[in-house]
Amino acid sequence: MFYLSLVIDYLKNYMKTRLTYRSDFWIEVLSDLLFNGLNLFFILIVFLQTQSLGGWDQEQILFIYGYFMIPYGLFITFFNLWGFSERYIVKGEMDRILTRPAYNLWQLMLENLDPASLFSALAGAVVMIYSWVRLGLPFHWYDPFMFILMVVGSVLVYAGVYIALTSLAFFSDAPTGILPLIWNIQNYGRYPVTIYNKLLRGILTWILPFAFVGFYPAAYFIDPGNWKWFALLTPVMGVVFSFVGISIWNFGVKRYRGAGS
Amino acid sequence: MLSAYLEIIRMRFLMMLAYRVNYYSGILIYALNIGSYYFVYKAIYGDQTVIGGLTLGQMTTYVAISWMGRAFYFNNLDREIATEIRDGSVAVQLIRPYNYVYVKMMQGLGEGIFRLVLFTTPGMIFIWLLLPIDLPTDPGLWAVYLVMLFFSFLINTQLNIITGLFAFFLENNEGLMRMKRVAVDLFSGLIIPISFFPGWSKTVMEWLPFQAITYLPSAVFTGKITGAEVFGKLGIQALWFFILIIPMYVLWSRSRTRLFVQGG
Repeated sequence: MFYLSLVIDYLKNYMKTRLTYRSDFWIEVLSDLLFNGLNLFFILIVFLQTQSLGGWDQEQILFIYGYFMIPYGLFITFFNLWGFSERYIVKGEMDRILTRPAYNLWQLMLENLDPASLFSALAGAVVMIYSWVRLGLPFHWYDPFMFILMVVGSVLVYAGVYIALTSLAFFSDAPTGILPLIWNIQNYGRYPVTIYNKLLRGILTWILPFAFVGFYPAAYFIDPGNWKWFALLTPVMGVVFSFVGISIWNFGVKRYRGAGS
Repeated sequence: MLSAYLEIIRMRFLMMLAYRVNYYSGILIYALNIGSYYFVYKAIYGDQTVIGGLTLGQMTTYVAISWMGRAFYFNNLDREIATEIRDGSVAVQLIRPYNYVYVKMMQGLGEGIFRLVLFTTPGMIFIWLLLPIDLPTDPGLWAVYLVMLFFSFLINTQLNIITGLFAFFLENNEGLMRMKRVAVDLFSGLIIPISFFPGWSKTVMEWLPFQAITYLPSAVFTGKITGAEVFGKLGIQALWFFILIIPMYVLWSRSRTRLFVQGG
């Protein structure tokens, strides 16, 4: 309860600061949508030239893309720790976080909320529902629950990978450039894994499991015959990866000695 | 005067060199992007041999050379100029005995030379080892490509300077800068070659300066555009370079009279 009331208070606080610069907020939303729109545009143009992308048609690719945007938008909203090393370790801000009563990672996430990204998730939902209808997919009573389970699993996969990588800041204060690198790998999850070679498919499934933030869970709805079992692994992978991520984080926090000064 | 500008190029080059570690991961990031588009295009071609006038082999080369070209011409001059205007440090630049716009152009060039030597060239070799890329064997074509790539740099830098100078007129040009970036990535042909666009939109693209940044040089490099047409395309690039001097000049001469520093 205490943790939930914190979320609400921080959200209120965020809205207050944001309403002072209203136009900035909308500019941020608009340009986020534009950046994501680039990929949507790519899909639409490319399908003017071809009927299938590795055996998948336009609506199916759009469905995967729409799904991909939902956990992505949710994840960015809550986990916005890109400058963690500079802002918290080098400047010693981490000391302040550790004196707060809430769990340190939760406190960090709250301080960096970015609800503007929820609009990306919303746009993704619109694309997904549109292609759901166009594809004429059957709708079962348990589909909404499966969908929520899949999204939670995908968000946990993201969280696990990025929490583990952000923890590296506790072990080395030099910028490693590994975060932007991984950031670009996640884009591979937006397309069916069937178009990649075996090596990449293995990496995207088991090592950096970004196939679980887009393709596998989306395939549960568009092609359950072939992909049901991989899709059902999504929540499992989410739990496993976030457990590993948080363990590395806790170990890193224990090692943290402050930046001096 | 010239020696001052040469010194600015040298300083920027050395400054970039100090942070070169960032660029090793940059090469991997560009390789990842190229790889992702390579697999997607491979799936799109399926059993079609030619789409939009390009074969799959040419398309692979197109994607690789376009991204590696971007590694050369890309810079953040728009952001740098906007920051200097907003925090007021542009006032100091204005009283110095050189032209602010030239200085920015030269800093961009210093960064470009650095990127060409330590980013684009090793990156291209790396990608060539990984993916089936057909590099042209005609040295003349390489020479023409390098000239066209230099024009890409000039045109992209001009657009960046124009966007940056808008900070004199808008208190916050963040939105404009981001939109420019999307426009350059999309309309320049980096993400999709212009020849993939349907009818009317292709015509619109051909009347915009963006295609001169990526599409024209890459299309020449992959052999989509050949013969005398190459020089026509080079002419288009040169034309845009001269046309874009006009808004840059107008903006600059207007902005000097209306600088007000916020806060400070």
